[in-house]
Amino acid sequence: MRGETAEITLGPVLFNWQPERWRDFYFGIADEGAISAVYLGEVVCSKRSPLFLPHFEEVSERLAAAGKTVIFSTLSEVMLNLDRQAVKSVCASPDALVEANDAAAVFHLQGRPHHVGPFMNVYNAETAAVLARRGARNFCLPAELPAGAIRALCAGTQALGVTVEIQVFGRVSLALSARCYHARAHGRTRDSCLFVCENDPDGLELRTLDGRPFLAVNGIQTLSLECLNLIHELPELRAMGVSRFRLSPHTCDMAAVAAVVRGVLDQRMTAEEGAARLEAMKLPFPFSNGFYHGKPGNRWTDAAPH
Amino acid sequence: MPADAMREDNGYVRPELVCPAGTPAALRTAVEAGADTVYCGLQNETNARNFPGLNFTVSELGGAVRFAHARKSNVLLAVNTFPPAGKFGLWREAIDAAVDVGVDAVIVADMGVAEYAARTYPQLRLHLSVQAGASSPEAIRFYCQEFGVKRVVLPRMLTVAEISDIHRQIPCEIEAFVFGNIGMMAEGRCSLTNYVTGVSTNMDGVCSPAAEVHYEEDSDRNLTIKLGAFVIDRFVCDERAGYPTICKGRYLCDAKPAGYYAFEEPVSLNLSMLLPDLMRAGVTALKIEGRQRSRAYVRAVVAAFRHAVDDIMAGRDPALTSLIELTEGHRQTEGAFRSKTWR
Repeated sequence: MRGETAEITLGPVLFNWQPERWRDFYFGIADEGAISAVYLGEVVCSKRSPLFLPHFEEVSERLAAAGKTVIFSTLSEVMLNLDRQAVKSVCASPDALVEANDAAAVFHLQGRPHHVGPFMNVYNAETAAVLARRGARNFCLPAELPAGAIRALCAGTQALGVTVEIQVFGRVSLALSARCYHARAHGRTRDSCLFVCENDPDGLELRTLDGRPFLAVNGIQTLSLECLNLIHELPELRAMGVSRFRLSPHTCDMAAVAAVVRGVLDQRMTAEEGAARLEAMKLPFPFSNGFYHGKPGNRWTDAAPH
Repeated sequence: MPADAMREDNGYVRPELVCPAGTPAALRTAVEAGADTVYCGLQNETNARNFPGLNFTVSELGGAVRFAHARKSNVLLAVNTFPPAGKFGLWREAIDAAVDVGVDAVIVADMGVAEYAARTYPQLRLHLSVQAGASSPEAIRFYCQEFGVKRVVLPRMLTVAEISDIHRQIPCEIEAFVFGNIGMMAEGRCSLTNYVTGVSTNMDGVCSPAAEVHYEEDSDRNLTIKLGAFVIDRFVCDERAGYPTICKGRYLCDAKPAGYYAFEEPVSLNLSMLLPDLMRAGVTALKIEGRQRSRAYVRAVVAAFRHAVDDIMAGRDPALTSLIELTEGHRQTEGAFRSKTWR
């Protein structure tokens, strides 16, 4: 399978979008041919999960009917009883394909085929082998892994019959915390947050004291200010054996992003042309690719082969 | 042994005091000050305090084990970072070295490293590092099932009541942090340092490397602190500054245009007032952070906690006020442990 297929996947929406916006976004994705698999579910804050519940079944059915593989993502941080119940219930339906983002989900999914998400620390083939033995079939790797480690991990997992997935677009998750920083910015606590995170559908920007844009806050999560853009690196990633390319959703035109990535993967478009098209979208944040090149993650490096 | 089996008539479990050692000299100091157990790391990226001038050669580690064992103290080796593919051999060698010199347990975080240790050395005692981020009974049970982990170091995000609750649902011992630097981000899941400096906490064992910290003083003696290219705080001359990390920096957002500590203020964790509660919550071991700290610091903190634990066990009131002098910027917090409003 490796090297032959190249699928575009859509990661879970990380932000607290209005439920109707959330539903309509996925209805749009259902009609989008370039995307073959969609990760669905709340991964940041268990308090948000009930907000999307009224539309959840409708959305997942619509995506499945459109031929998408629907994978249910679990919470990235599992600590409160509410978190634990949420993870347990996602893992409870035996037919659902689930992506584990914490060891608690891995615990529940033992013996069943499942995916392992980018919040799990899979840095090497030895770790992938442990998880594959328990049923993991696909690994979306941590965003901070540099090219050399991705290449070695792909080579080291070839015999396991698993697939490797890499995020190629969207703000990058940098940290999680027990504390809600959205609530903190508004003088509230996590328990009294009043869902203030809904005001920032791409995250709340933090600037340094000298006014330089720096980070983005999303509830308990801290994200890069920049939008990861690995359009130049797609051919190299394919050659390494990466077969799934993840877009992390933002409020920009994700169908247009998917079309560009598809075009470059299919060699209907050069990486330079793809890059120019993404640039022309005038996104509200700059691009970065530093982690991949072993540089600070906030940086943009003109691509050079490894 | 399960903590409850060691519970004494007064309801307390006598906790093991687990103390930091950044150097062989600090290890001797900690043992002499009353540490039941000392933890340390090798001089490379296999541990999460990979700082210049810190940590042990394999031969120093052997000497440290002999010194500690002769005084009935234990030595733990932290091999608690995440080997990026292609470099796994270095972590394997660290586990081999730990076994060779006879440490009492290794503290691991990476599943591949845990697997190697458990399969190669079935007799080796494994502790699960806080860097593994196991924050629920299910996650902890996974590590116990898969690798035979005997003790979990809990993340610093739980209240004492939640720790007690977890204790009842897991088959292994609990180690809890009581004093020292408190990072705001979930341990083992933070790449902020790599985002700014290109050096990774998880892969290289470095948080906020000193080589990337720059201080700039203006004519009014105001101090600007930068990590890499980014300003992370600014102090007027009479403010106390702690060691700069991104998660304790001051930033601006639309709701806080004058600047605020977006994540946490520069404070240290000090749970000395909660010691009796922790000793009833089923905690086997109390951990003091600070492998990067001086011998004088280690001596003072270890001795203070040694006396406090002994006083509580004997039914006396512990005297702990001196510890505030040792906290970062002389400011302390009980963090998540007392109340969930901290979140």
